Amino acid sequence: MSDVVISAQGLTKRYGSAVAVDGIDFTVGRGETFGLLGPNGSGKTTTILMLLGLTERSAGTVQVLGEDPMRSPLTVKRRVGYLPDSIGFYDNLTARENLAYTSKLMGIPAAERAPRIAAALARVRLADVADRCVGTFSRGMRQRLGLAEIIMKRAEIAILDEPTSGLDPQSTVEFLDLIRELRGEGVTVLLSSHQLDQVQRVCDRVALFQAGRIVLMGAVGDLARQVLGAGFVVEIEAEGIGLDRRLAAVPGVSAVEAVAHNRYRLTADRDVRPDAARAVVAANGALTRLSVDEPSLEAIYARTFQTPAQEGISDAA
Amino acid sequence: MRREGSPWHGLGTVVLKELADNLSSARMRVLEWLIVLTAVAALYGAIGQLRDTTAEDPFLLLRLFTVAQAPLPSFVAILGFLIPLMAIGLGFDAINGEYNRRTLSRLLAQPIYRDALLAGKFLAGLATLTISLTCLWLLVLGLALLFLGVPPGGEEIARSLTFLVVAMIYGGVWLALAMLLSVVFRSPATAALVALGIWLFLTLIWPMLAPAVAGIIAPPDPRYAALGLPTPDTLQWQQMLARLSPHNLFGEAMLAILSPSTRALGAVFLEQLQGAVLGAPLPFGQSLLIAWPQTVGLLAAAMLLFVAAYVVFQRQEVRA
Repeated sequence: MSDVVISAQGLTKRYGSAVAVDGIDFTVGRGETFGLLGPNGSGKTTTILMLLGLTERSAGTVQVLGEDPMRSPLTVKRRVGYLPDSIGFYDNLTARENLAYTSKLMGIPAAERAPRIAAALARVRLADVADRCVGTFSRGMRQRLGLAEIIMKRAEIAILDEPTSGLDPQSTVEFLDLIRELRGEGVTVLLSSHQLDQVQRVCDRVALFQAGRIVLMGAVGDLARQVLGAGFVVEIEAEGIGLDRRLAAVPGVSAVEAVAHNRYRLTADRDVRPDAARAVVAANGALTRLSVDEPSLEAIYARTFQTPAQEGISDAA
Repeated sequence: MRREGSPWHGLGTVVLKELADNLSSARMRVLEWLIVLTAVAALYGAIGQLRDTTAEDPFLLLRLFTVAQAPLPSFVAILGFLIPLMAIGLGFDAINGEYNRRTLSRLLAQPIYRDALLAGKFLAGLATLTISLTCLWLLVLGLALLFLGVPPGGEEIARSLTFLVVAMIYGGVWLALAMLLSVVFRSPATAALVALGIWLFLTLIWPMLAPAVAGIIAPPDPRYAALGLPTPDTLQWQQMLARLSPHNLFGEAMLAILSPSTRALGAVFLEQLQGAVLGAPLPFGQSLLIAWPQTVGLLAAAMLLFVAAYVVFQRQEVRA
């Protein structure tokens, strides 16, 4: 992870007077899965396009695989795969023909093309529809075909823009599995999304975007401690008298909140379930439910954007 | 600072793919049939008329291109009208079509420059036009042999080949215009409509408008008017303005090439005719010289329009 493959410093993009990306800094290490999170219009796609050299940056520096994507676009684009938001293919061509066209543009030697296309299609489970027109494909199949293109390219970095938006839950799970497989092969994955639970499932580190800035960056667990004050939330349903005081006394618990009648939510810095259960039993309480919430991005996101969001609106007005 | 790598990388791939698309598309088939049928109709009329004069004309094949019979204009006039339609049909959705299919950002994420995409599409369109025009040219030659029974001479072949080349350049002008509009407008329908508007304006309305504008710029001299003559200044302006339309340039070049007796395009002064045998054909080289400025004008227009499309496309945002 020490090997940095993407680094951006003070990256800025202005459209006239509007600032789409406002001086962001981040680095992505080799083999890492990095998530760009944020509401629509917060600058994620613009950042991605600047990393690929498809949009000129207004200020700042970018290094992708040690190269500047504006100065050596061909080298960068040869080694980086890109799956655009709402990907399109030539509907009148088959899946195989579509990939054959891009494989020629990639400059893959003629003898290698057919086996690499076949292997890529098999990997994303499209082998049996390889000779069907893409016009008949569902959205999930198109996304997978887009991923097949990156696999065929043998890209060192895969940049996926909103890869799971508009997919049904089944396709989403399949697609996330494919992303995990890629990562297992040592491919660095940079993905943007506004679907937090999915990002949480695959990403090592995330950056939260808001109005063109990165407001938070780090591993999900670290962010939870940083934003929510603690990493674990334990919910308890139990009948008994004075339980809240007893639960508050459990070591590691920082706050106890009575959510409803006989329901308590504990915030703790570690998994306190055994101690909490013991505390309830010791107080002669009847324990009916005990559950732990993993630190969720949703909570982090909500907490981060609750207050500043209102300021953001007044800024914009 | 020099760019890394070659801008032509991927060009061949794009050309082949676009050419295959063009040749197999339904729209192409419609345009081809439209051109072939109208051209055959014009030729049929011309052949009927030419059979009576076979013995006298040394340039029988060329007459086939230029003779018009009552309801139908000549073959060349029809092509002057239909080549733009075909070129616009090939180019109006070149770039915005990719954009709307959402394939543009995926293509540009491949290791090619935008140059390859734009130039590839242009060359493929031009190749398509060339293939159709060459077929048409061979068709004319074949029909001439069948119906007239007179084999064409070397000069006639040279002149009709020149016609083919100039027609290609003329098609290139309209193709470049259509592609420029496909870069500028995000909607193919808008691009097609604007292109057709410009085409109709330049071929139908501008020839009528040019004399009026010339009259405003250089008002006719009453002394010439009293003699019933046009004022030279006005005439010159009129001709200059009319030549802004590619249709006019194509028409003039074709007149010089396909009617060997054409000695000058536009106003002629008496002194220029001194010693000339009126009605005698010029040698091919001389006709070529007369048509040269027009041909270069067409070539320049095609290049300017392509460069404009290139400049706009290089700086364009690709995001959907």
